[in-house]
Parts: sequence; structure tokens; C-alpha cells
Amino acid sequence: MLEIFFTKILIFAILGAVLTGYTCSLMGTFVVRMNLSSLGFAMSHAAFAGAALGIFLKNDPLIFALLFSVFVSLALGPLADKAKLKTDVVIGVIFSLSMALGLLFLNLSPDTAMSSTALRILWGSVLGMTTADIIYLLIISVIAILFVMMFFKEINAILFDRKLARASGINDKPFYYLILFLTSVTVAFSLKLVGGLLVFALMVNPTSSVYQFSYDMKKIIILSPIVGVFSCLLGILISFAFDLPTGSSIAIVCSAIFGISVLISPKRRKG
Amino acid sequence: MGKAIELNQVDTIYEGEKIPSLKNITLHVDKGEFIAVIGPNGAGKTTLLETIMGLLESKRGEVKVLGKQLNGNGSNIRKLVGYVPQEYSIDDLTPFLVSDVVLMGRYGKIGLLKPITKNDKTVAKKMMEYLGISELSNRPIGKLSGGQAQKVMIARSLAKEPEIILMDEPFSNLDFEARREVSEKLTHLHKTKNMTFVIVIHDIASIPKVCNRVIVMDSGKIVADGKKEDILKPELLEMGYKGIAC
Repeated sequence: MLEIFFTKILIFAILGAVLTGYTCSLMGTFVVRMNLSSLGFAMSHAAFAGAALGIFLKNDPLIFALLFSVFVSLALGPLADKAKLKTDVVIGVIFSLSMALGLLFLNLSPDTAMSSTALRILWGSVLGMTTADIIYLLIISVIAILFVMMFFKEINAILFDRKLARASGINDKPFYYLILFLTSVTVAFSLKLVGGLLVFALMVNPTSSVYQFSYDMKKIIILSPIVGVFSCLLGILISFAFDLPTGSSIAIVCSAIFGISVLISPKRRKG
Repeated sequence: MGKAIELNQVDTIYEGEKIPSLKNITLHVDKGEFIAVIGPNGAGKTTLLETIMGLLESKRGEVKVLGKQLNGNGSNIRKLVGYVPQEYSIDDLTPFLVSDVVLMGRYGKIGLLKPITKNDKTVAKKMMEYLGISELSNRPIGKLSGGQAQKVMIARSLAKEPEIILMDEPFSNLDFEARREVSEKLTHLHKTKNMTFVIVIHDIASIPKVCNRVIVMDSGKIVADGKKEDILKPELLEMGYKGIAC
């Protein structure tokens, strides 16, 4: 009985790792190319603020974490366009506001402040993956893959240059907002595995690693998720083997892959 | 002969600014015309092109392209208009191949949820051949020289097989020989395909011979508009753009 229980946990952990690694790194290709690297920060801290509100209201922190990060994504694009500010500037404001709200909510609920629930949102908890978590991750993975496959032309043109894409007759705004929205939903659903503070590494590092070897965006979009999945699986293996936190192990693995990629990158070879 | 472009009393104001960058512009361009737009820096030449493209929204007046109102119809109209911008974001590590960048020029025209066909690839390939950049097709765009990248952007705009082409300083990165070569290609396209050209040019000597009309802009206004030989008189040229405007 106990063996079946542990097998189920292990299968869920592996499934969660594959789905999270794939989707985070796929969306990461857009995040890196569009210079939205700080988007992960904003999403994860919004999720932290949401989780803290959930604790304060004695409700499910994950639901509030999801709501907050999705709200940030929906507000981000229009706010940046309307205020004529760089997206990174708006992200910076949202980041500090989220952090302030998170600490405020935790301060208002002293009995449960920094409880294990709040910490799980921040650092991830691979052993806590449920059937529902896997289904959510599967749904967002399928949506992200379909989005890329169906609109590859438009996405590729926008990734090259938004203004030129518009000039060629592509209505870029819906795609841009959809990329932001899907990224935030991916971040929210990835909290369970890697946690809010480390999901950023899983988005940026695999794509940045593949960038070291290719000048072809098509190849980068195909290979980044593979590196993401590999990082997650190896991270989980190391975490189980040495009894380390899963999120941290995954972040260290994909950072190491990035470091090695930079060292052996043909793009950086002289002559 | 129908109108390619119609601007009637158009003002364009950049967001957050009070003074319009384009002031009360009225401009009618017939199909098949080849127009050069000249003027000093900050005259509003780029703003004019971006207003015609619908990349900037006019705050007053009416903009029609190929007989259709631009407002609310921008994406559809842009599928028929080629555009070569003055600046584009390409750096050393830009992960796109030349062939993909040229093909992207057709993406809007192909339309949503429709696949790239063999014909699309053939047209893009022909445009690269036409501009003499076929051997660059598998190279990363960030690794090209300024002149080569400029030719790629021109090929991209032509790959759309547009009815109108707007070009912002298309010769700026080209050496003398490349200017002459590209100028000849554009002239050939104008004559054989009856394409309408509106080209912003800083260097008056680069205006193609086929150009039949010159517009002079200064401070957001059209200050002179007429036949090339009337506008580009040597005595006025010596005095510079301000001289022409007077």
C-alpha cells in the first residue's frame, strides 16, 4: 500500500516536471526574445502577494496566487501601452507593489505568517502534486503548444520585430497580450513544482542556453522546452538523491547548463 | 487613374505631445507615381510614412489608401503596402535567418491559420535573387553588414508583392554602387509592375531618375510639391532644403 502511494507521488512528480519544464521553457522563448525577463519576477511576486491574501482570508492560497498573477498579466500589456512606458518599467512597479502587499497581508495574519503554505508557494513542493495539478498543467501545456503551432507565422514575425510585424499586416496586439497571459498562467501553474521565486529560472535559463548554439528561432523554440524538461528531471533526481529542495535543485541544474553553454558556445569562439 | 494615397487635412500628434508632428497635410498620390519626400531632420518625413501605413494614428483629417479608409482597416490595408523602415531592431545575436526574415514580409498577406505555401517561398526566393542576396539566405541577419541588411529589408517589403511601397531612407546604408543597383531595380519594378513608390530620401543625389514628383517637408508641413525638375533647381539645391522651402 505504502509502495503504491510512493509510486504515485513519484509518477506525479515526474509528470509535473515534464509538463512544467516544457511549458515554462516554451513560454520562456518569448520572454527572452521580447526582453520580458523580469516578467517572471512580477508574476511570482504577484503570486506571493495572492497567496498571502489567501492565508489572511483563511482561504486556498493557490487560488489567490493564480488570480493575482493572471491579473498582473492582463493589466501589464494595456498598462504599458497606455502609459507609453517600457514593459520592464511597469513590471518593476508591479513587482514592488506585489512585494509590499504580500508582506502587508502576512503582517495582518500573524498566527499563520510565513506558514508552510506560504513557503510552499515561494519554494515549490514537488511531493504535493495532485491529480488536479497535473490536469491543469496538461491543459496549459496543450494550449501553449497549440497556440505556437497555429500561429507560428504571426508569433515568429512578432518575435523578430513587433513594428515590422504590424507593418506586414499582422494584428500584433492580441498576440502580444496572449503571450503575456499564457506566460502568467504558466507561471501560476508551475508554482507547485518550482515555486514562485524559482520559476523565473526555468523560463529564462533553458532558452538562454539554446541561444548559445543557434541563430534560428524555429530551432530555439523546439529545443528550449527539451532542455527545460531535462533540467526539471535532473533537478528532481538530484533533489531526491541528496534530499534537497526541488525548486532549488532545478534552478541550479538549469543555471549550470546555461553556464556550460556559455563556455562552449560556438558564438563566443573567436576567429 | 485611381488614387493610391489620399490625405486630407491630416494632423498626427505623438502621444503626450501638444504640437502635431504633421500639420494639416493634404496629399494625393495617383497609382503608379514615384514620389520622393525630402526635407531636413525632424521635418515629419518618417511620421508621414507611418501615418500612411497606419502605424501612427492621425488625430484629425482623413487617410485613405487604395480607396479605403485607414481607420479601423489598418491591418487589411497594410497587407497591400510594402514598408521599409529607417530603423529596425537587429543586433549581433538576433536569432533569425535571412530567408525567414524575407518570407515574413508575406505573413500578413497569407493570413491567419493559413499555411505558408510553396508559392510564398518561391516569391520570397525570387525577391532575394532580384536584390542579389540569394547567397545570404541561410545566414543570421545579425551577422550581415548594414548594406546587406538594408537589401534584406527591401526584399522583405517586395516579397509581399505590394501595390504601394513606402521606403524610409532605403539607400542610407548602401555604398555608391549598391545605391545605383537598387535604384535601377526599383525603377524596373515601377515600370513593369506599375507600383506606386513613396520614398523618403535625405541625400537628394540619390533620388532615382524615374522619380516624377518631389515633396519637400519642413516642420511637419508640405512646403513644396511638384515635378522633380521644378523643385530640384540647382540654385535652390545650393541653398539647401530651407532654400527650397522659401
